[in-house]
Amino acid sequence: MNNTYYGKLIFELSKPGRKGYSLPKNELSEYSTAQLPENLLRVEEPALPEVDELTVVRHYTNMSNNNFGVDTGFYPLGSCTMKYNPKINEEIAAHPEFTGLHPLQNVETVQGALAVYYQLQRSLSEIAGMSEFTLNPFAGAHGELTGLMVIRSYHMSRGDAKRTKIIVPDSAHGTNPASAAVCGLDVVEVKSKPDGRVDVEDLKPLLDDTIAGMMMTNPNTLGLFENNIAEIAKLVHDCGGLMYYDGANLNPMLGKCRPGDIGFDVMHINLHKTFSTPHGGGGPGSGPIGVREGLEQFLPNPRVTCDFNEDGMVDYKIDMGEESLGSISGFLGNFGIMMRALTYIVTLGSDNLKWVGPLATLNANYIKESLKDCYELPIEGVCKHEFVFDGLKDKSTGVTTLDVAKRLLDYGYHAPTIYFPLLFHQALMIEPTENESKETLDGFIEVMKKIAQEAKDDPELVKTAPHTTPVRRLDDTKAALKQIVTWNELCAVEEL
Amino acid sequence: MSYKFFPHTEDDIRSMLNTCGEKSLDDLYKDIPEDLVLKKEYGLPEGLSEIEVRKFFNSLAQGNETLKCLIGAGCYDHYSPSVVNNIVSRSEFLTSYTPYQAEISQGTLQYIFEYQSMMAMLTGMEVSNASMYDGCTATAEAMMMAVAAAKKRNKVLISATVNPIVRRVVETYAKFNGVVLETIAEADGVTDKSDFEAKVAADDVAGVIVAAPNFYGIVEDYTGWADFCHAHKTLLIMNCVASTLGVLKTPGEWGADIAVGDGQSLGIPMNFGGPYVGFLCTSKKLIRKMPGRIVGATTDMDGKRTFVLTLQAREQHIRREKATSNICSNESLMALYVTVYMALMGKEGLKEVNELGYSGAHYLAEKLCELKGFSMAYPDKPFLNEFAVKFDGDIEDLQNVLLDYNGVQLGLKIADNTLLLCVTETISKDDLDEVVLTCKAYTEGEDEDE
Repeated sequence: MNNTYYGKLIFELSKPGRKGYSLPKNELSEYSTAQLPENLLRVEEPALPEVDELTVVRHYTNMSNNNFGVDTGFYPLGSCTMKYNPKINEEIAAHPEFTGLHPLQNVETVQGALAVYYQLQRSLSEIAGMSEFTLNPFAGAHGELTGLMVIRSYHMSRGDAKRTKIIVPDSAHGTNPASAAVCGLDVVEVKSKPDGRVDVEDLKPLLDDTIAGMMMTNPNTLGLFENNIAEIAKLVHDCGGLMYYDGANLNPMLGKCRPGDIGFDVMHINLHKTFSTPHGGGGPGSGPIGVREGLEQFLPNPRVTCDFNEDGMVDYKIDMGEESLGSISGFLGNFGIMMRALTYIVTLGSDNLKWVGPLATLNANYIKESLKDCYELPIEGVCKHEFVFDGLKDKSTGVTTLDVAKRLLDYGYHAPTIYFPLLFHQALMIEPTENESKETLDGFIEVMKKIAQEAKDDPELVKTAPHTTPVRRLDDTKAALKQIVTWNELCAVEEL
Repeated sequence: MSYKFFPHTEDDIRSMLNTCGEKSLDDLYKDIPEDLVLKKEYGLPEGLSEIEVRKFFNSLAQGNETLKCLIGAGCYDHYSPSVVNNIVSRSEFLTSYTPYQAEISQGTLQYIFEYQSMMAMLTGMEVSNASMYDGCTATAEAMMMAVAAAKKRNKVLISATVNPIVRRVVETYAKFNGVVLETIAEADGVTDKSDFEAKVAADDVAGVIVAAPNFYGIVEDYTGWADFCHAHKTLLIMNCVASTLGVLKTPGEWGADIAVGDGQSLGIPMNFGGPYVGFLCTSKKLIRKMPGRIVGATTDMDGKRTFVLTLQAREQHIRREKATSNICSNESLMALYVTVYMALMGKEGLKEVNELGYSGAHYLAEKLCELKGFSMAYPDKPFLNEFAVKFDGDIEDLQNVLLDYNGVQLGLKIADNTLLLCVTETISKDDLDEVVLTCKAYTEGEDEDE
């Protein structure tokens, strides 16, 4: 990464009179917005920058040099599955015959796009062992919310209005309880046992006829397979609830295990994790949800269905189901992301998809076993695609997980996820993905050991890291106190 | 298993398994009860080479037809400069994630700060979040934000003139979240002011959602509406078409409390419906009630000006079920589209885009209404680049003729005899003349048939 910090904002490059666009001449200028009633027009012009094209290109290119992506280097951010985003995905998604489609244009002129939607829907159903998927949700959290809406719709359809509680393990992602709250459900937390799995004995007393269902991530956020899943699913089903599968950790399951086969009724998949679509600096993602047989009618509108016309040709339609929970997106979700995910699935096919899970799992276990002498491994045993250390083994130096994370930046690695899950004070969550080579992992292991040694020999060096990045340890407290979130506000303060 | 995305050689696997104390890859799954392990291959085709992948999608593409779009209704075919896509494709942006490690994410953090600044300027509001999924969900989030801000009220009003596509999503969120959503009636294409006042005066309304421009493309006059809302402790939420704010009175100038909408019209391809970007801007005093991520300015340990995710105590990863929203990500890359687009276009470019749309739309409206059977659905109501016309013939048949002869999507049929049309700068005068000519031939042909 480039070490020259290009700190200017686009507004600081502006000069009145410059422009960065070209538009056709208005041949109909006798019609003008000046003819609109004056009180409907904006009074104050927006103070947008005035810049030429090359200035814009250099500005954002230089900014990109201050960014770290999967293409830059190893990105072991736990729970985020930062796998390689194949270039062919981008090429296919940019196909102008797809990007140029309006979502409301004549359905006969979008049959190719609907075929993409339908084929991806069917592929995900096969991979997850579910009956049908909707691809409409925009992200994982949006999928969770939609999935919970399915669960509530199911209970409502049976006239069972008292099921207003959802069980969530204490190790769950924060989105689980937050999605439940948005869906109007009350969250009941179930504890984990010392081995990191859900405590079945703690679960039993929670189960009654007010339970709508239970959300689980499997493997869970510690990277451990919930091996009591069959018993848990039976308990929840016996009390009338449904099982929700948080697909955030689906990657290690590829080729080995299907959520639909192990007791789950509703689930989401993060296409931007398991199916290699780019994370884009935080989005756009895509969070399709799948349901088992008997729940399809509750899926959100609009839905893509498939039929055969009189010539025996496949005919795709966009339908509005009557029993549907309603719409959670304007159109059919993040279609551009679906293009990438389908590209990934047809590229790998059944013969390569089956190795994704095992190799991701091998990589994680390899790092875990190689580092457990220097870092505290709170729970022994085989992990799946990720695992959690509870900080350095030797805590006497005062070097924290944050320090280790920041020191990793000096060595050219993205840091793991830190301080999550909340079960451990110094959580350091590592997920390498299947795409990383043994050499990359060895390099990372060596650096992690070196940092552990530095923590003993020269703790200050680690505590004051990073030293080589364009900027160093930002003042979060100042940001929260000053709340400067726009250029106008920045201009209004004399000093930051 | 040698494959382009798997760097593992047989030796690598053996040696790594050895380090783990395991004998085979299957042993890594010994914690999964045997009866839960998948015992077959997926029922999917085998993998394709790149050549075959290209052929696969080219063949699917033949089922599509890209058209000249005289349709809007929430998605607009605007010109996007070449630079926009070029910058957004840079893999340093594309393959990064949420900027948790600010030291190596200043690129993302800085453009989000620029995005927030530009959206605040465009909407005339004080602050903006880092973006949301789309305009529909942003409007639903604004509804829940109004309820959270009001504390003891859970009723929200939505104008009948809000785009029904947005409305459907808001209704779903309301139903599950426990918000009572009521409609303000429509009168001649605009929100019924007397119905608005009567309902807000009941003093139990947390927020009111109106549209600017509305679904029919009409620019409604909201003079005095914000004051009326505030007198009754109600928040005014305005759903806008982003690009139109280059010329139309802003939510800030109307006195609105929350401005929301879709940013697709600012340089994002139509993409068959997504990904787009939702914007949500508000006043400073409501910043802590705002959903989603926010980037703020600060300094680093060397005193340099830098940018960082801030006010995270509102968010799900800290507050869990008490968070302001369940949203985890933002639509960062799409916010970059919008940022680079606005940097290039500036205020003059946005004005020109709106002029071109206004001119084309008014020309088309005038020419169509000279034809037999066409008339404005809401004559005398001001509009920008989208408008509703009545046609007393078979709309679908007419649309099919335009599709076949001109490769044109002639608007959206919104009622038995009403067509919603839209013109952007991508449609030239020649295009419009051809459309009018075909419509003329069609209506005259209908005469002959009679």
